[in-house]
Amino acid sequence: MIATDAKQPPATNAADRRTPCVNDFSITIATVNGAGSQTANNTLLRAIHKMGVPVSGKNIFPSNIQGLPTWFTIRVSTAGYLARREQNEVLVALNRASLQEDIRNLASGGICLYPLDEQLPLRRDDVTFYPMPVNELVKQSGADLKLRPYVANMVYVGALAWLLEIELPEVEAALSHQFNGKQKAITLNYATVQAAYDWAAANLVKNDPFCIERMDRTTGTFLVDGNSAAALGAVFGGVQFAAWYPITPSTSIVDHLSDYLHRLRRDPDGKATYSIVQAEDELAVIGMVVGAGWAGARSMTATSGPGLSLMAEFAGYAYFAEIPAVIWDVQRMGPSTGLPTRTAQDDILAAYTLGHGDGRHICLIPGTVNECFEFGSMALDLAERLQTLVIVLSDLDLGLNLWPTKPFSYPDRPLDRGKVLSAEELTRLQGDWKRYADLDGDGICYRTLPGTNHPAAAYFTRGTGHNEAAGYSERPEDWAANLSRLARKHDYARTIVPAPVIDPVNAAEVGLISYGSNDPAIQEARDLLHASGIASSYLRLRALPLESSLTEFISSHKRLYVVENNLDGQMRALIQLHAPADADRLVSIAKCDGLPLTADWIAASIAALEAKEEKP
Amino acid sequence: MTATTESAAVNRIGLSKADYNGASSTLCNGCGHYSIANVIIGAAYELGLDPTRIAKFSGIGCSSKSPAYFLGKSHSINGLHGRMPSLATGATTVNKDLVAIGVSGDGDTGSIGLGQFKHLLRRNVDMVYLIENNGVYGLTKGQLSATADLGQKSKHGGLNELPPIDLCLEAIIAGCSFVARSFAGDPKQLQTLLKAAFSHRGTAVLNIISPCVTFNNGEGSTKSYVWGREHELPLHEINFIPLEHDEIQADYEAGAVREVAMHDGSLIRLRKIDQEYDPTDRMAAIRLLEEEHSGQMFTTGLLYINEGRQTLAEHEKLVALPLVHLPDEKLRPSRAALDAINAEYS
Ligand SMILES: Cc1ncc(C[n+]2csc(CCOP(=O)(O)OP(=O)(O)O)c2C)c(N)n1
Ligand code: SF4
Repeated sequence: MIATDAKQPPATNAADRRTPCVNDFSITIATVNGAGSQTANNTLLRAIHKMGVPVSGKNIFPSNIQGLPTWFTIRVSTAGYLARREQNEVLVALNRASLQEDIRNLASGGICLYPLDEQLPLRRDDVTFYPMPVNELVKQSGADLKLRPYVANMVYVGALAWLLEIELPEVEAALSHQFNGKQKAITLNYATVQAAYDWAAANLVKNDPFCIERMDRTTGTFLVDGNSAAALGAVFGGVQFAAWYPITPSTSIVDHLSDYLHRLRRDPDGKATYSIVQAEDELAVIGMVVGAGWAGARSMTATSGPGLSLMAEFAGYAYFAEIPAVIWDVQRMGPSTGLPTRTAQDDILAAYTLGHGDGRHICLIPGTVNECFEFGSMALDLAERLQTLVIVLSDLDLGLNLWPTKPFSYPDRPLDRGKVLSAEELTRLQGDWKRYADLDGDGICYRTLPGTNHPAAAYFTRGTGHNEAAGYSERPEDWAANLSRLARKHDYARTIVPAPVIDPVNAAEVGLISYGSNDPAIQEARDLLHASGIASSYLRLRALPLESSLTEFISSHKRLYVVENNLDGQMRALIQLHAPADADRLVSIAKCDGLPLTADWIAASIAALEAKEEKP
Repeated sequence: MTATTESAAVNRIGLSKADYNGASSTLCNGCGHYSIANVIIGAAYELGLDPTRIAKFSGIGCSSKSPAYFLGKSHSINGLHGRMPSLATGATTVNKDLVAIGVSGDGDTGSIGLGQFKHLLRRNVDMVYLIENNGVYGLTKGQLSATADLGQKSKHGGLNELPPIDLCLEAIIAGCSFVARSFAGDPKQLQTLLKAAFSHRGTAVLNIISPCVTFNNGEGSTKSYVWGREHELPLHEINFIPLEHDEIQADYEAGAVREVAMHDGSLIRLRKIDQEYDPTDRMAAIRLLEEEHSGQMFTTGLLYINEGRQTLAEHEKLVALPLVHLPDEKLRPSRAALDAINAEYS
């Protein structure tokens, strides 16, 4: 045990310390980028999750490898709210550069853990300060110099475990999960946790209301990030080919894809049933993906806004030449390069209309990690069924952060390979087949794949004007007929893309429309609004093109708020085009500052408008 | 050859030459691209390639349009300007049984597509890559391309003062394992080189001087017919002998013959004019190309070959069956596999 004179500054004026605050607060860990705190943070997160208490974790990090401030926030919520909050009650202040600001931002009555030898630049009477002898404990750990910074992070895990009553066996289990069962690492880290815990028990006097108590609200769920789920979804969707070029925050989709495929999709002799090519740029990425789709493979890539824009010409081509391909766009903030490590939903318009000339793409918009999994395979199905490009619009918040989810369910339908004619079928048709003839009235035509061993199988794929037989044509009638067939196909797509999730509330005048990772914030905002007397229905979009239930939702509500994480209200603009008669009634609640939306902000924005004499 | 003899004759897989035709050409009469299309038909016919196994790839330009005019029974994709290499990379990776032939222009390959060209070669994608090089942009009507000669006049009178990019040199530097140059006006040599290219495993680049009779066939242009006929300097007589056709062997004179073994066991035999020249010597090829620049000379023939490089598909360690032919059960892992992953996460 270290003998320290860890005198705690007296806490006065703080919020009521006697009423316990159980399972309802947020923790922020402020560190320096590159300090290796991720393992410690995830250990805490998982331990709390395993105690049955709903949690979510968000990593707010800079676009830099080392030295800049980074924050990890853990929301602990009995009610199961997962959204980011504006304020935090518990601060682990390990970054000198942001110390002052971090202390200033703490909620009144909050607590601050900090390294014992740190000079605090700011004292607050309404905050309890707990010093931790980080350096001493690290020295005691026996870890060699190289490992010490990592071990240092375990000090706050141990101290918080004591302060908040996080069960140590769950911490140990979480460490084991983090280190994949590697005993040496587990032992070393856990020893530091235990030492910090013992030190805190012996030296700190708990003077705050925050604690974590075991519940049973997380049974049957686990924590996972959207990008892992997306990759896994694609693997179980039978992906055959992926090309990519690294870009934050999409890179981990391909990293995970590569890991899972390596493990699950090799023959006993080690040969692969898939191929992943790292291309020289996104222009080549999409060319490879379209080439593989044309040749008959389930083909995908993952990118972010700047990459997506480089793919524009091929995207328009794939639409027009009717080639299946999937792009996962994990959105981040701003133009190239914007804020590459901050979240946004700002590629909506660009993605839907990517390319030149007339053309619209199928967009899938997952709102949960489970949907990332589901859409991972569904996107490949839809691309082949519709013979077109499918863009999945995820974002950094959903893609990189850990969210609780139910286990992934095995896809219950066979792979949908779409309308592909084999040589045998061509023989049966006596070779009478036209590539762009709409025989079924759904706008989707029959295709053949290169290499089909039949003299009538071949056709010429091109971006130029073509007739039904895929022959070059500049006849206005051919061009117009082709475009209207493509529009018909898009209309058919409307009926098979995932429908919105709707939670109608009887007699509610207010309708909220949103999508993607905003979901948790909206759910919480609705409760806040409800508490202030505003009842609201909620429709969560999951795909473009927009479909009919949206139109009904709009007409059955008096006031409609479209909530999104971009400045221009991009989805509102699309909805206005979809429902022009109601355009004026669609009010944009939009914000883009690099952070996920909060329930407080959404509820306050709507409440303010609702309070107006002349409501929107 | 008359129509009757043509239809009577069939190749080793029982197809007539007409079975290798495409749509009728809309290229300018006398365009070099036109004769190249005919040579492709001839080579594919003579080799007895199955047209349904061939996939044609192209970018944008008059040259890139030309796949419509040959091998009408083969699938074709006319993609984007400069980005045929990536299309071909994706398609051939997922179906390595395809016999891939790419057709591009000097603008398509040497300007907008230079990056993709170099990376295709670096990956050694298994395909024949033809550059129909006319020193101009044909389809957009006569602008200078990156392979235009120093001093070449552009349509609007400007002089090209920039050095041309030598696509053969670029190819060798990028690691290409088969680099040849030929001339659209010498169909005999071209066809032989093309047949060799089809047998090469990896990317085989044929940079073919192909005169644009409409925009760049003026006197003094190194891409004109006149200049080509006068200045062509065949490096060696070359004949390709596929395994099935040993009868061609008779054409060779003993002594001055050099053999290069192709991966499938067939041989290309080279008769060197310059006894010193060794097409497996990469530095010699680079030196030759550097030297000819000063004399505005182009050497035709096989400039460089290296049969030892791994192709992209080999590098990827794929299963024997092309990926596109795998049954769905091979593609979706089992329910138990997902259960195991769910358990790991829990
Ligand atoms: C992205 C893009 N930029 C420009 C063009 C216009 N364009 C069409 S063909 C061409 C040049 C073709 O020249 P080359 O590849 O040398 O072929 P050629 O027509 O001479 O055979 C250009 C610039 C285009 N189609 N796409
Ligand atoms: S413009 Fe030139 S390149 Fe194009 S078809 Fe005519 S001759 Fe050939």
